[in-house]
Amino acid sequence: MAEEKKLFKVTIDNITVEVEPGTTILNAARMVGGEVAPPAMCYYSKLKGSGGKCRTCLVEVAAGSTADPRPMPKLVASCRTTVMDGMIVKNITSDRVHDARAGVVEFLLLNHPLDCPICDQAGECHLQDLSYEHGKEATRYEFGKRTFKKHDLGEFIQLHMTRCILCYRCVFTAEQLTNKRVHGVLDRGDHAEIATYIEKSLDNDFIGNVIDVCPVGALTDKTFRFKNRVWFTKPMDAHRDCPTCCGEVQLWMRGEEVFRVTARKDEWGEIKEASDGKTGWICNTCRFEKKDAKDWVIEHPTHVARHSVISANHYEKMVKPTETMPEVMNGRAPKLLMDIHSVSQVNKPTINLSQIEGPAHSDDFNKG
Amino acid sequence: MSVKLLLEKAHVEGIRTYEVYRREGGYRAAEKALKTMSPEAIVDEVKKSGLRGRGGAGFPTGMKWSFIAKPEGVPRHLVCNADESEPGTFKDRYLMEFLPHLLIEGLIISSFALGSNATYIYIRGEYAWIPDILEQAINEAKANGWLGKNILGTGFDLEIYVQRGAGAYICGEETALIESLEGKRGNPRIKPPFPAVKGVWDRPTVVNNVESLAAVVPIINIGGDEYAKIGVGKSTGTKLISACGNINKPGVYEIDMTISVEDFIYSDEYCGGIKNGKRLKACIPGGSSVPILPANLLLKTAKGETRYMNYESLSDGGFATGSMMGSGGFIVLDEDQCVVKNTFTLARFYRHESCGQCSPCREGTGWMEKILKKIDSGKGSMTDIDLLWDIQRKIEGNTICPLGDAAAWPIAAAIRHFRDEFEWHVKNPEECLVRNYGLAGYADPRPIPA
Amino acid sequence: MKVLTEAGLNKVKEIVARYPEGKQKSALIPVLHLAQDEKGWLSADTMDYVASLLQLEPIEVYEVATFYSMFHLKPVGTYLFEVCQTGPCMVSGADDIINYIQQRLGINVGETTPDGLFTLKTVECLGACGYAPMMQLGKHYREHLTKQRVDEIIEECRLKAGVLN
Repeated sequence: MAEEKKLFKVTIDNITVEVEPGTTILNAARMVGGEVAPPAMCYYSKLKGSGGKCRTCLVEVAAGSTADPRPMPKLVASCRTTVMDGMIVKNITSDRVHDARAGVVEFLLLNHPLDCPICDQAGECHLQDLSYEHGKEATRYEFGKRTFKKHDLGEFIQLHMTRCILCYRCVFTAEQLTNKRVHGVLDRGDHAEIATYIEKSLDNDFIGNVIDVCPVGALTDKTFRFKNRVWFTKPMDAHRDCPTCCGEVQLWMRGEEVFRVTARKDEWGEIKEASDGKTGWICNTCRFEKKDAKDWVIEHPTHVARHSVISANHYEKMVKPTETMPEVMNGRAPKLLMDIHSVSQVNKPTINLSQIEGPAHSDDFNKG
Repeated sequence: MSVKLLLEKAHVEGIRTYEVYRREGGYRAAEKALKTMSPEAIVDEVKKSGLRGRGGAGFPTGMKWSFIAKPEGVPRHLVCNADESEPGTFKDRYLMEFLPHLLIEGLIISSFALGSNATYIYIRGEYAWIPDILEQAINEAKANGWLGKNILGTGFDLEIYVQRGAGAYICGEETALIESLEGKRGNPRIKPPFPAVKGVWDRPTVVNNVESLAAVVPIINIGGDEYAKIGVGKSTGTKLISACGNINKPGVYEIDMTISVEDFIYSDEYCGGIKNGKRLKACIPGGSSVPILPANLLLKTAKGETRYMNYESLSDGGFATGSMMGSGGFIVLDEDQCVVKNTFTLARFYRHESCGQCSPCREGTGWMEKILKKIDSGKGSMTDIDLLWDIQRKIEGNTICPLGDAAAWPIAAAIRHFRDEFEWHVKNPEECLVRNYGLAGYADPRPIPA
Repeated sequence: MKVLTEAGLNKVKEIVARYPEGKQKSALIPVLHLAQDEKGWLSADTMDYVASLLQLEPIEVYEVATFYSMFHLKPVGTYLFEVCQTGPCMVSGADDIINYIQQRLGINVGETTPDGLFTLKTVECLGACGYAPMMQLGKHYREHLTKQRVDEIIEECRLKAGVLN
C-alpha cells in the first residue's frame, strides 16, 4: 500500500484547505474557488515554467508556516510560491493586495490600446475581466501609447502586438508543443515584443494553440477575424475523429454556421483535459479548416463556467432561488407598492390612445 | 592612513604580472588555503571575517557559501560577478585592471572552498579590454601551477574562464547573470529555487562580486578574526569606494569603514572636497539605486550624530532620513546640480535596463521617466509629483527582481528630500529651463572656502 | 557557406569547450561578439549561421541578440562613439559633450555620417563615472572628455581611416 502523504493545511482568506506538498498558493486557492482564487494573466497550469511575470496574482503571506509563523515582508506571486504547512494567506482580505493589484492593472493597461470595440477577444478577454474586477475607473497615463512595427505570422494567426501583455504563454506553447519554435520575445524592457525577427509564418500543426492561451487579443484566429462577436455565438461541445489531435473542441456557432473552433476551456480559461487525460490541445486542421457543422459530432451546449461576458445568455450555471417570496419575506406576502394608474397622469386604462387626435398631451388624460 | 588590504600593492610597478605579484607576497593565501586548510575551514574563516557581499546587497558571504547544496555527483560552480553596472560604481574595474592576480588568487581559494572545478568570471561586455588582462593573469597562474589539474599536488582541479556580457545592467542580478551565462536573455529567474540549489545549468552555484572574492585573499592571510577587527560593528574589513561627481579627486579608495562621510568628502586623502570651490548639495552614497541624501542629512544623521562610511551608519534613519552603503558608488552633487534632472537621467537608465519581464517594472519605469522628463522641461504639474510617488510605491517590492526597487528608491528619495525643488520646477516653468534651483534649504554645513 | 574566418571558427571551438557537454548555448554571447567583431554588425544571415554553429534555433539567437545593447543589428560607422549620458556623467557635463559631437560631426544621436565613418550613440552608464564625461570607442574607453579631446579623437579617427584607405 502506498504510504499516505502528509497534506499541508493552508488558510486562504480565512478558508482552510488541505493540499499536497508542492502545491502553489494559487492552485490551493483555486481549490477554494470563486473570488478567493487570485487572477492570473501569465500563469498557465499546463505550461511548464509559466507564471511569475504579470504580478496580478500577488498575495500577502500573513504567516509563513506553523514552524515559522513570521509574515513574508513582500507580497508574493501566488502562482510560483508553494504552500507550507500552516501558512496563512490573504488575498481579497488584504488591502495591500487590492492596492498592488490595482497598480498592476494600471500598468498592464498603460500601453494597451483599449480597442475592445474592434478586438475579436472582447467578451472573453482576461484583461477586460481583470480591469473590471480589479482596476480603477480611469488611467492616469497621459502620454502616447507604445506602437510596434506590424509582423505577419502567416495565414492563420493574427498578431496585434500593441495588445500584448508579454505573458510569454505563447512562447512556452511553441517551445513545449512544437519541435521548432520560430517566434519569441525580442528586444527588451518596454520595447520587448513577440516576433519572428525575419518574417516567418507560424505553421506547425499545433501552433494554433497560441491563440487559446493568449489572455488578450494579441493572437487571434484569422479565420474568425471580424466575423462575429463571441457573445453572439453559442459554444457547443463537439468532436471528430482526428488523426492528429484529440479532436475534442468547442464550436462557436450561430444557427447552423460554425464561426470558430477552439479547444475546450475550464473556469480559469485554461484548456481542459481531453478524455484521454491529457491536455486537450487541438491541431490546426480542427481549428482552422473544419468549419462545417457536418465535420463534427455535436454533443451539447458548452457549460460556460467562467464568469465573464461569454457566460452571458448561457443559463445552465445560473442558480435559481428555491424559496418563494413569502419565505424570503418572513411570511409576509408581497404587496403592490403602488398602483401606477392611480398616480400617473399619462397612463390611464380608460383612455384609448388611438382615439386621440395628434400627439397625446397631459390634458387628454385629465379630461375625464 | 587607514588599513589597506586590497589596494596596498596597486601602485607597485608591474603588479599586473605574476612575477611581481608573487614577489610582493601574492599566492601565499592560496598556498595556505590549499595546502593547510579544508574547504570547511575556509568557509569558517570567511564566516568569522564578517565579510558582507560587496556587490550592493551586503549579504554575509560566508553564510551564502554555507547554503550551497552538495548533491552527490553534481558539479558545483563559482561565478564571479564582474558585471559592474550600477551608475557610480567602477571599483571592480579598477581591481581587475590593476590587480588581476588578486582576483585570480581569491577565485582559486573560493573555488576550492566551494568545490568548483570550473569557475566563470562574468564581466560586463563594455569592459572589453579587461578580459585580455584577466586571461593573461589566468595563463600566468596556470603556467605556475596555480590552475589546471592537481593544483599543488592537492588533487584539486580548477579552470577559470572569462565570459563577456553584451550590455545589460540586469545581468548584475545573479539569476539574470546565470541566464546570460547560459546564453539566454538576461531575464531574472523567479526564486525559489535559489542558485545555491539550482544555478547555472541547474547545478548548485554561488555568485559573488569581484571585490568580495578578492577580499578572501586577505581574510585567509590574516585570518577571519583579525579581518573582523578592522572596521566597526557588522561593517568589517575594508571597502572599496568609487567616488565621482563634483569632487576634486574622483577615483577608487579603500576605506576601513571607520571614517566619517565628512572626512571622506573633504579630506585630501580621499575626495579632496567639492570641485571649483562649490558647496555640497547632495550625495548618492552607494550607487544610483540607493536613496539620495541632502547635504544636511548626509554628514549628520537625523539625530545629529556624525555619519560614517559604513553599512550601519549610512542606513541610519532607514529610508526616511538615511540611505545605504550599496555598491560603494559615491556620487557627489554640488550646488549647481539639478536634482530633478539627475533623477530623470537615473529613471531613463532604469527604463533602458529593465528586462521587460514583469509588468510593474516594464511599464512603470517608462512612465516615471516620461513624467520626470515633463517636470524637468517645465511642463509638469503638482499632481505629477504625487503621481510619481504613487507609481514608485506600486513598483517597489512588487517585481520579480530588485531592479524594480532600484528604480523606485532614487525617485522616492528625491521627492522625499527635494520636493521643494520639484515644486519650484512646476511653479517656474520658464525659469527652470535657464537656471537651477541651487542649494536652497540644504545648506552645506561647511563654510564656503575662502 | 562559411561566414566566419578560420581563426574565428577555431576560437568558437575553444569557447564551446569551456562549458559542459550539450551546453553549447552558453557560447552564444561570446560567439556573437566574435561574429560582430569580424562582420561589423549582426545580419540575419550571420545570426542564422551562428545558430547553425551552435545547433540552436535561429529564434534563440535573435532573442539574445536583440536583448543586449552592444549588438548592432544594423550597420554602424567605422568609428562608433558611444557617449555615456547617465547621472554621474551628466553632472560632469556629458550633455555639452554630446551636443559638441553632434555639431562637429553634423549628425544627431543615432545617426551615421554620410561617409560612413562615424556613428554617434548615447549609452547608459559604462562604469567610468570617476573619469567622466566619457565614451566608448571600439574596445577602449576615452575618458575625461573635453571639447579639445573630442576634436583630437575625431582627428585621430580620420587619420586612421586615411591610412587604411
